[in-house]
Amino acid sequence: MKLGVLFSGGKDSVFACRRAMKRNQVACLITLISENQDSYMFHTPNIDRAGVLAEAMDIPILAWTTRGEEELELEDLKAAIARAREEYGIQGVVTGAIESVYQSSRVQRICRDLDLWCFNPLWQIDQVGYLRLLLREGFRVMIIGVFAYPLDESWLGKELDEEVIEKLERLQNRYRINPSGEGGELETFVLDGPILKKRVEVVKFSKIYDNYRGCLQIADLRLVEKLEK
Amino acid sequence: MLIVDLCYEKDSLSRYEFVDPIVQVVRKSGRRYRIRHFSDLGGGETDAEGGVILCGTALKDNSYAGRIEEFSWIRTFDGPILGICAGMQVIASVFGGKIVPWPEIGLKEIQVISETPLLGEPRSITGYHLHNYGVDLPPDFDLVAGSSDNVQAFKRRGHQVYGIIFHPEVRNKWIIERFCQLE
Repeated sequence: MKLGVLFSGGKDSVFACRRAMKRNQVACLITLISENQDSYMFHTPNIDRAGVLAEAMDIPILAWTTRGEEELELEDLKAAIARAREEYGIQGVVTGAIESVYQSSRVQRICRDLDLWCFNPLWQIDQVGYLRLLLREGFRVMIIGVFAYPLDESWLGKELDEEVIEKLERLQNRYRINPSGEGGELETFVLDGPILKKRVEVVKFSKIYDNYRGCLQIADLRLVEKLEK
Repeated sequence: MLIVDLCYEKDSLSRYEFVDPIVQVVRKSGRRYRIRHFSDLGGGETDAEGGVILCGTALKDNSYAGRIEEFSWIRTFDGPILGICAGMQVIASVFGGKIVPWPEIGLKEIQVISETPLLGEPRSITGYHLHNYGVDLPPDFDLVAGSSDNVQAFKRRGHQVYGIIFHPEVRNKWIIERFCQLE
């Protein structure tokens, strides 16, 4: 089946793409660029860098701008998916939704209206187990946004590893933080993984942070050839 | 426990979404389980210790509905069965009910109207729906939740055979946990 993956460059959409590629053809990535930093539907930090990741994965990307207003942004998403069907002949859409009934039921409705298949290959996945799976499969993931107490500035720029996972697990028990950031607690950017033909190197960045809300803004990044194993 | 994958093909991309979440709950319950795609079941599955769960499918996936004869073994299976969404539609078809158009997506209130070991006493619960089709109540089945033209859950009279149209793996994992305890 030819599929389009709703894509942000964060770990969930990249890993959903990985699962989709096992038995299907990912014909394009679909990225919604929201002008509203607090979008209900879409990942926003460094979304403009998704194109670089698409290049690293060697998959065409369809970028679509939305004003990011609640519910109206769904019309933009629908238009973007319809365009992906026209341009790339996709028969279905893949998302990285894990728990969000809000997001997934809206995407399901859009797919039904457009008569497309809808796949959510991370749906209900055990979040801590999933973070470890990312490491086992060779993904390198950087934290680029924090949006919940007690995630402070020190988390920005951290790379996911066993120590970080254990910390998130403790925060889950104590503060009910979703360890994979499904509740919008944190946002990530993928630097490397088995479906990337080149790896991403962040050359220059800055941090904006205040009171448990912050972003790592990537100012410059480049793609680096990977050594043959 | 036998967990049956009803998706359009074996090892499909939908399996992560409709089978794995069920497996996760059954595993946590401590029950032994095995997973089979429905096309691999030849009818000799009458020995599935601990019962059978028939999983749901993607909204656009109705291939199971054209292959109901491959599920005729559930008619003589002598143990608990839980049909989720597509699985409920299969149970309805096998036992003489009908699959009827009935689209619903998202969280909805569900009225439990009669007490059963699976859903407990009558009350209102919230469940996640994802279906284009529902069912007419088959003969010898009792309505457990919803109404006669909006069958949310049913039970075969005198048997631990249940169907629920919503997805218990989303926000109602207790239903699957409770099913794992049924004898």
